[in-house]
Amino acid sequence: MAERVFMKGTEAIAEAAVRAGCRFFAGYPITPQNEIPEYMARRMPEVGGTFVQGESEVASVNMLYGAASTGIRAMSSSSSCGISLYSEGVSYCASARIPMVYINVQRGGPGIGAIQPSQQDYNQATKASGNGGFRMIVLAPDSVQECVDMVYEAFDYAERDQNPVLILTDGVMGTMMEPVVLPKMKSDEELAKCREKFLPRAIIGHPLGQQATCRPGSVGGGQEEKNIAAAELYKSWDKDIKVEEFMMDDAEIVFAAYGISARISRAVIRELREQGIKAGMIRPITISPFPYSSFSNLDFNRVKGIIDVEMSIPAQMKWDVEYAVYGRCPIKEVLRSGGQLLTNDQVKNGAMEFIKEVL
Amino acid sequence: MAEEKKVYTRTKGILPDTVSGFCPGCMHSTVHKIIGEAAEELGKLDKLVRVEGVGCCGLGQFYVSCDETIAAHGRAGAVATGIKRSSPDSLVYTYQGDGDLAAIGLAETLSAANRGENFTVIFINNGIYGMTGGQMAPTTLLGMKSTTTPLGRKAEEHGYPLHMSEIINQLTAPYYIERVSCDTPQHVIAARNAIKKAFQYQLEGKGYSIIEIVTSCPTNWGLDTLKSLDFLRENMFKEYPLGVFRDGGEKKQ
Repeated sequence: MAERVFMKGTEAIAEAAVRAGCRFFAGYPITPQNEIPEYMARRMPEVGGTFVQGESEVASVNMLYGAASTGIRAMSSSSSCGISLYSEGVSYCASARIPMVYINVQRGGPGIGAIQPSQQDYNQATKASGNGGFRMIVLAPDSVQECVDMVYEAFDYAERDQNPVLILTDGVMGTMMEPVVLPKMKSDEELAKCREKFLPRAIIGHPLGQQATCRPGSVGGGQEEKNIAAAELYKSWDKDIKVEEFMMDDAEIVFAAYGISARISRAVIRELREQGIKAGMIRPITISPFPYSSFSNLDFNRVKGIIDVEMSIPAQMKWDVEYAVYGRCPIKEVLRSGGQLLTNDQVKNGAMEFIKEVL
Repeated sequence: MAEEKKVYTRTKGILPDTVSGFCPGCMHSTVHKIIGEAAEELGKLDKLVRVEGVGCCGLGQFYVSCDETIAAHGRAGAVATGIKRSSPDSLVYTYQGDGDLAAIGLAETLSAANRGENFTVIFINNGIYGMTGGQMAPTTLLGMKSTTTPLGRKAEEHGYPLHMSEIINQLTAPYYIERVSCDTPQHVIAARNAIKKAFQYQLEGKGYSIIEIVTSCPTNWGLDTLKSLDFLRENMFKEYPLGVFRDGGEKKQ
């Protein structure tokens, strides 16, 4: 059933969602993710699903809350400043334990920022995607293939945990084309099975005495119990941590990067290796839960320094790296932001300066 | 001896053994009852889905006996869109106050109406924010004092009362628009009939209906229950006249 095609990131994300069983999509136009709603507008009716162009991001995410509360697989996508408007609905979904998937194709920020790619929503994605301190599994792909694979599995995470899942990608990944292997189309029977467990709490109407409620809060008490149960769930995510350790066996210089920055860093590491410099990379694939132990368990007798590469000024992921490293080696920042892309040369030059200092 | 005949029974659309906790003179409990009656008469209580707005409307969660969710403030139109599109066999209604529907949710309200979404809106218009303690609503009357218009609503500063049924009547898609009240037994019966008709239209797939119910808020109007009924009839009905604005079913006769 596997099918190899040449596809743009945004469209590959949309097709992967359809194949994963997404049957409701609501979204609002914003660059650089417009191909996702456009693709869904055409594709959803073909598979018996629903596409709605919301009147805003606020409306779109609340449509998602409604659609997902009926137990069907539902998704939305937006970019940066649009994602800020999702905060309300995402927080409501997390509080009501509604499974849904959404995509952030990051652009420059803050504010309206720039329409070009960036990685400036890391803190928002991993620490506070809305009010109330809830958490989510956040996946950060570094190729179109990973976009596809992550979207496909995101619905399973969402249903397992009854919690929103975010794919944090960026305008580079969204607009570039790569060969990808598309996963198989889930059958109606498989999807009915996925929905089965949720049906007793699906907001669709039930016989008297079996009514379902979907509560994004607890008027009159009981909220703390819900928060404690959610905290237990978040603690269980250690098993879900995914991380790529690239050329780390003997690495003295460690790059820390995710998504598009990791891809650029990987090319630079290969060049450095050719020059005899023992460089490697820790790439968080789940940026929430974050692979802290990959950093905290480094052999700091061998590792001389860490280079944090991000398309964000100021750096954001660096906070998580610093927390794990705890002052045991210096950390250098190599950054761009506001829609300006990192280049191999910039990363390499930044790395060389640092290497001269620490090696 | 004449045979006893049961003429009234409590609707199964309201949880048994619950007592209304709404303020004296509030009409929310009456409206909850007639919604339950309308759905029960149609034999659709097991398909009924309620999407609640935020404010006193949200307190309905403690009384109604149907599937129910709470939308973020103002977003009931969007949430109901998501539910109804994903579960077309459900009988979906939103239950929203004036702040929820006409202020923070204006975009969601008008956009859902304009798309002709096939659900029913029950709009409680009492001209004030109830739960938060009597602040100005878009529907607050000119001259009416609220906690955020302590000197009374002034047109030059706060604008004029918003007439939602009239505004929605400018759109092409909505199928049925009626403004009712619950101040007298006759009006309660008319309101129940309007809700039942709107539900019937939804079941027939006719599209969007809104039933605006002009009600009182004795607590935040600062009037006792009887005086607030006088105020309702003398002032609210003048600004918000009762009647049918549009009935797609009638048009086709």
